Amino acid sequence: MATKVGMEVSLAAAEAVKQANVDVVAAYPITPQTHIVEHLAELVNNGELDAEFIPVESEHSAMSVCTGSSAAGARSFTCTSSQGLALMNEIVFITASLRLPIVMLLANRTLSGPLSIWNDHSDVMSIRDCGWIQVFVENGQEVYDHVFIGYRVAEDRNCLLPFMVNLDGFILTHVIEPLEFLDQEIIDRYLPPYRPLYSLHPNHPVTMGAFSTPALYTETKKAQDEAIREAMPYILKGWQEFGDLTGRYYHPIEHYKTEGAKVILVTQGSLGETASIAIDSLREKGETVGLVKIRLWRPFPVHEFREAVKGAELVVVMDRAISYGASAGPLAMEIRSALYAEEERPRVVNWIAGLAGRDLSPEDFLQMIHQAKERSDEGYEIYGVRG
Amino acid sequence: MAKPEHEITWKELNVGCVIDEPGNAASYRTGDWRSQRPIYTKDRCIRCGTCYVFCPDMAIKIIQEGYVEHDLYYCKGCGICAEECPTGAIAMVDEEE
Repeated sequence: MATKVGMEVSLAAAEAVKQANVDVVAAYPITPQTHIVEHLAELVNNGELDAEFIPVESEHSAMSVCTGSSAAGARSFTCTSSQGLALMNEIVFITASLRLPIVMLLANRTLSGPLSIWNDHSDVMSIRDCGWIQVFVENGQEVYDHVFIGYRVAEDRNCLLPFMVNLDGFILTHVIEPLEFLDQEIIDRYLPPYRPLYSLHPNHPVTMGAFSTPALYTETKKAQDEAIREAMPYILKGWQEFGDLTGRYYHPIEHYKTEGAKVILVTQGSLGETASIAIDSLREKGETVGLVKIRLWRPFPVHEFREAVKGAELVVVMDRAISYGASAGPLAMEIRSALYAEEERPRVVNWIAGLAGRDLSPEDFLQMIHQAKERSDEGYEIYGVRG
Repeated sequence: MAKPEHEITWKELNVGCVIDEPGNAASYRTGDWRSQRPIYTKDRCIRCGTCYVFCPDMAIKIIQEGYVEHDLYYCKGCGICAEECPTGAIAMVDEEE
């Protein structure tokens, strides 16, 4: 039913796109996402993947092509990083409002400037409010799996929303990992062919992306907001059914040793694995410390998060992006807001760490947890900054 | 679009705000934008059709014997017809008058 392979995660991601049987790939290479696009170009060129590969001249065009092809009823894929995402920004918001089920892999890399190619979450946080379903993954297997989960959820008639998978640049994209590849028969059972609700076809003319007047705009936005809120049960269903077929179950909030934890560390993305080593060593010493990992970023699982930290006295949130001049990092802002209405709420201490590829070891997580006990739960601090 | 825009609720919108009624832009009253309206003096009209050709909104109809009529449902009051008319048969007046 499944094959174990050792493969670079970017190549595995491209293999998953092939197995998801996409119709259109439009992407522009950018470090650290390049190997995904290169391998997809090979797969189309050597006939393994029967899809249109459109070598666009920019990321703005990549997302525009995907918008057009998805509107025409084609299963469409793109991927990018950092500056590429910034360039396609305009269209990213439009695809969500058009409710087009595109899947995008975002190989997270910091935004310029200064120019840097290394990993943090400033790219995705710049489009936090774009209306896509946004998920963070922790390792190569989760990247591979979420290509199928992405299309399954996005194309569900009850969702019809674009789906973004955030994978840390280099930490995941350029690492060779042991991966379990699924048989095509399992994938075909999980992911039926895409049948669009509306599509651009001369026999059934429709208008997509029409102008909206002030008399109607508020209603269009309410409808879009309800759509992503109401998507939650179908995201859970997509994960549940994937788990039933593969044994790998995913959740909006992932827990690690949170039972009875008085102190809970919160992370997003691949550094959760490093953080868990720190949690293990503290647990061995008898400290009641746990780890909560935010997998689903949008729609934000407010209820599940509150449940996850119930009983904790201190929540230590690690952000990997700065919201310049704000009250906290984007993740801590979300968490403080989610907890505000609770009668008994923990203190929330916020670190900003791991910017643009600055390494974080288990020892750093120990330090963040240790120092948080002495810190105020207002504002934020940048961990490890000199001077 | 059977209902006026300001009565439509968010639940009544199609997914992605798709318009599945082709050509319904025809029901949009662009005449609401007008601040000036054209006044047509038939006696001065030489039936040359210049106004009909220049109207950017096709809001001028040719009627019997080649005379013209403004369709005020669509006419935005841009005044191009009045500007182009060789005999001064069309004048623009403020809507309040």
